[in-house]
Amino acid sequence: MTFMPIKEEIEMRKMYADTLIELAAKDEKVIALEADLSSAITTSKIKDQLKDQFLNLGIMEAEMIGTAAGLSVTGFKPFVHTFANFATRRVYDQVFVSLAYAQLNAVILGSDAGVTAEHNGGTHMPFEDLSLMRIIPHNKVYEASDSTMLRHLLHKGYNEKGLTYIRTIRKKAVKLYGEEDTFETGSKLLREGNDIALLASGIMVSDALEAADQLAEEGIEAMVMDMYQLKPIDKEAVLKAAKTGAIVTAENHNVIGGLGSSVSEVLAEESPAHLYRVGIREKFGQVGTTSWLKEDYRITVEEIVEQAKKLILKKANIA
Amino acid sequence: MVNHDEIKDLELFAKKIRYYTLKELTLMGFGHYGGSLSIVETLAVLYGKQLNASPEIKDDLNRDYFVLSKGHAGPSLYATLFLKGYFPEEWLYTLNNNGTNLPSHPDRNLTPGVDMTTGSLGQGVSASTGIALGNKLSGRDNYTFCIVGDGELNEGQAWEAIQMASHNKLDHLIIFVDDNKMQLDGPTLDISNPLDFVSKFEAFGYHSKRIDGASVKEINEAVEWAKSSEGKPTAIILDTIKGQGIPFIESMSDNHHLRPDEATHAEIVEALNSIGEEIGVIS
Repeated sequence: MTFMPIKEEIEMRKMYADTLIELAAKDEKVIALEADLSSAITTSKIKDQLKDQFLNLGIMEAEMIGTAAGLSVTGFKPFVHTFANFATRRVYDQVFVSLAYAQLNAVILGSDAGVTAEHNGGTHMPFEDLSLMRIIPHNKVYEASDSTMLRHLLHKGYNEKGLTYIRTIRKKAVKLYGEEDTFETGSKLLREGNDIALLASGIMVSDALEAADQLAEEGIEAMVMDMYQLKPIDKEAVLKAAKTGAIVTAENHNVIGGLGSSVSEVLAEESPAHLYRVGIREKFGQVGTTSWLKEDYRITVEEIVEQAKKLILKKANIA
Repeated sequence: MVNHDEIKDLELFAKKIRYYTLKELTLMGFGHYGGSLSIVETLAVLYGKQLNASPEIKDDLNRDYFVLSKGHAGPSLYATLFLKGYFPEEWLYTLNNNGTNLPSHPDRNLTPGVDMTTGSLGQGVSASTGIALGNKLSGRDNYTFCIVGDGELNEGQAWEAIQMASHNKLDHLIIFVDDNKMQLDGPTLDISNPLDFVSKFEAFGYHSKRIDGASVKEINEAVEWAKSSEGKPTAIILDTIKGQGIPFIESMSDNHHLRPDEATHAEIVEALNSIGEEIGVIS
């Protein structure tokens, strides 16, 4: 069962816009807010349809968060979008105080996850957004890996009280899921295996599946999970993975505070296992194509395979 | 227009707010005296007459909303909310105590009657634009009032909010600027000259005027004027004094946050007793 990475037909941004139309039609209190990146996420194409349920504030991210808070006070459910770096580190205190601490309701979509910010470079390349959002009390934090999942997460955010942060890429993801898939537990087990577990999120999920195929050719059976819910993390899934004795996490994000950290926290407290975190280590962003950046930051299929093999040796030597 | 008796009533209400503000701060032993006292007359006009809000309708979406963007003035808002019956008097004297419902900066989840959590300066103005927009989109004609500090208008976010409200024609948003001319580290003029607030707001597309922020009559007339505005939000610049109404606090150059020593404490108690006598309360 070799995994063939095939890009989806639909872009993630189109799915965001389509889902907004769906939710806005169902509930007049749904309102989409933008800060001059409406064309980038294609909500510009639906603004006429959304009418009063859409507001582009201009380049004022702090005000956009405050507006979302005020709208929530009066019973609205704001869906706020901007690039993930602006949606988190630029307006961190606004998100923290006016939304989270005030216990108001909003869904924040941070687009252009990690290296997919490509030619916008270091100023626009978020490697820390999940980390920042994860330490806000009661926050729900997700990273969408394909459009089917994104739609589900947006619905989930709509139904949940409080603050939901969803990280996504803007363009086409590799197809992972079908209509029949549900996303309730916080993770998806994509492949069984007893030798090692590969836990990934976002664009690294399909890489983990490819890595598992390569490992299988060498007789190593790797479990693969899509850990789309960073907070609260699916503890049961991590503990199941820990039974293999070795885990490689893979994320398009700094290894501090994101998926690798989340998994290591569960392991350290509940069930120690060998762990290696594939991710960004002590680096800022830079311009480049996604594939070149992945190579440069060593967040690739090859890196997952190499670290998995090292970890299996480590496990054998200690056992 | 209001009659002479109504003005007298508002003046008495202001005195009561000032009395309980001073009392809760003094029992705590420290706090933001200066900026709490400078907005007392404005709170008296809002909660005594202009703001459609009371404990009975505190969850009614049609009520008027109030955002104290300069959250450090929480103590005078608490005194007002107590006088309006939102919570019992005992609560006032738990200000900033461990586990209190009255923290130094207002928290909508702790204190009945507080519409928005504030304290991180600049953010309350943004929230008030969101509230005014939400009410407008919902077809309600209720008002949103916001008090922002003059020092607080150093914050860039406040000017984003001010522009947003103007662009979206939020004419049921009324912003008060508490122009007490001082911020934590000294005179606003020395730290970052705010220039002329009225012309700044006018340039942003507002109806704006400067009034005496110690006169309930002028404040009341200004709110009436603001409510007649169509198509534009209003900014009322309150000419105030930090520590307003308590002469020896007014005369202190650094009254933003006070931890009174024994001598000052005695003076405050004296002022408190004197207002207490005027309003018929024995402290």
